[in-house]
Amino acid sequence: MSIMEYNGGSVIAMVGKDCVAIASDLRLGNQALGIASDFEKIFPMTDRVYLGLPGLATDVTTLREQFRYRLNMYTIKEEREIEPETFAHLVSSTLYERRFGPYFIEPVMAGLQRLPNGGYKPFIAATDLIGCINFAKDFVVAGTASSKLFGVAEGLWEPDLEPEDLFETIAQTLLNAVDRDAYSGWGAVVHVITKDKAIKRVLKGRMD
Amino acid sequence: MASAEGGAYSYSLTVFSPSGKLVQIEHALAAVSQGTTSLGIKATNGIVIATEKKSSSILIDDSMIEKVAVICPNIGIVYSGMGPDFRILVAKARKSAQAYWKIYNEYPPTKVLTQEIATIMQQATHSGGVRPYGVSLLVAGWDINRGPSLYQVDPSGSYWAWKASAIGKNMVNAKTFLEKRYNDDISLEDAIHTALLTLKEGFEGQMTEKTIEIGVITVPSEADLEAGKIEGTGRAKAAFRKLTEEEVRDYLAM
Repeated sequence: MSIMEYNGGSVIAMVGKDCVAIASDLRLGNQALGIASDFEKIFPMTDRVYLGLPGLATDVTTLREQFRYRLNMYTIKEEREIEPETFAHLVSSTLYERRFGPYFIEPVMAGLQRLPNGGYKPFIAATDLIGCINFAKDFVVAGTASSKLFGVAEGLWEPDLEPEDLFETIAQTLLNAVDRDAYSGWGAVVHVITKDKAIKRVLKGRMD
Repeated sequence: MASAEGGAYSYSLTVFSPSGKLVQIEHALAAVSQGTTSLGIKATNGIVIATEKKSSSILIDDSMIEKVAVICPNIGIVYSGMGPDFRILVAKARKSAQAYWKIYNEYPPTKVLTQEIATIMQQATHSGGVRPYGVSLLVAGWDINRGPSLYQVDPSGSYWAWKASAIGKNMVNAKTFLEKRYNDDISLEDAIHTALLTLKEGFEGQMTEKTIEIGVITVPSEADLEAGKIEGTGRAKAAFRKLTEEEVRDYLAM
């Protein structure tokens, strides 16, 4: 039994045209036993940066508080909000600090990076539990359903999706992948981030 | 019992005198004002920091003296006051910049690094067994959010942002001179010449590429910023650099 699969749960992030989406299931389990169907794993770090924390539930809470602290300190010191790329490195170094006794979390990040010319560029990334970053151009997956998410995303994702199409793509990818995983599911939540707003939608899923 | 001006309050512990002064800090400031003149000018497209380097003997190899120091690719500093104290601060500032890089994979903004240095200098004013640093610093840096910025840090740990400032021996005269010469839309080239002209006021001896040192911040163009990212090194072109002796000679000749 792997500690990474103790509570179950999965997260996925995708890039669209001038937008990004990040989604997760809502299950909290104790091995095969379902405990809760309202356990969110995605947290807004700023208006433009979202962080998903699939893995051991106790570490989800700990890391969320850890990043809240580090980001508040950053924002006060720098007098501005953090950029997604900088945040990805903060996540990486925070995890690597615990290289030999890691948090059992594989974070997924999605956000819009501010460019020198004033525009925004979609940004997604994921790391392993000790902070090795994967900067992807299309989508990233993590959690107990990651192998299934990979398969469905390979089939459904295409470049330059508009926010509404991106929502549909990520929602269907997640819903269909978690149905093939006993440790993920029980509803889902999707965040779509554009330069002037972030939309959150809670989805129903199979409850078996 | 010390009978000089400071009386009992002039010893190495930084203790408040009844009038509310920290005499040790005033002494540190006195050490700074005996040091050679340094100045900095912020221009529209960059910053120049410059200093006079004087050696006590012609036998000293002055090419080895370094008064303008690179802290990280986007920040450089210059000092007036005690050379050995400056060296310690440079080492600490460089370490701090690298520690920041290890966390965020980017170098600190000028303000953050300045605060970091100022904290180190402040701590020397209320820690046991130490004396305040005998230097004032001019910190010149560039970052994407604030653009070019020029800070001064004093032995007390206070810091200010300047458009142009001078520290060390001739600071009062040099500042008056800069006040007359400065305007908000000065270019980097003009600023370098103004810096040399300011140094020339009250310069003892011959001003040559051997006796002055110059560092410049050049604001990177959008193309520069792009290039660094794409080439795979992840390294943007350094915004700060020291001028070579040849470049200094050319500026002096102009």
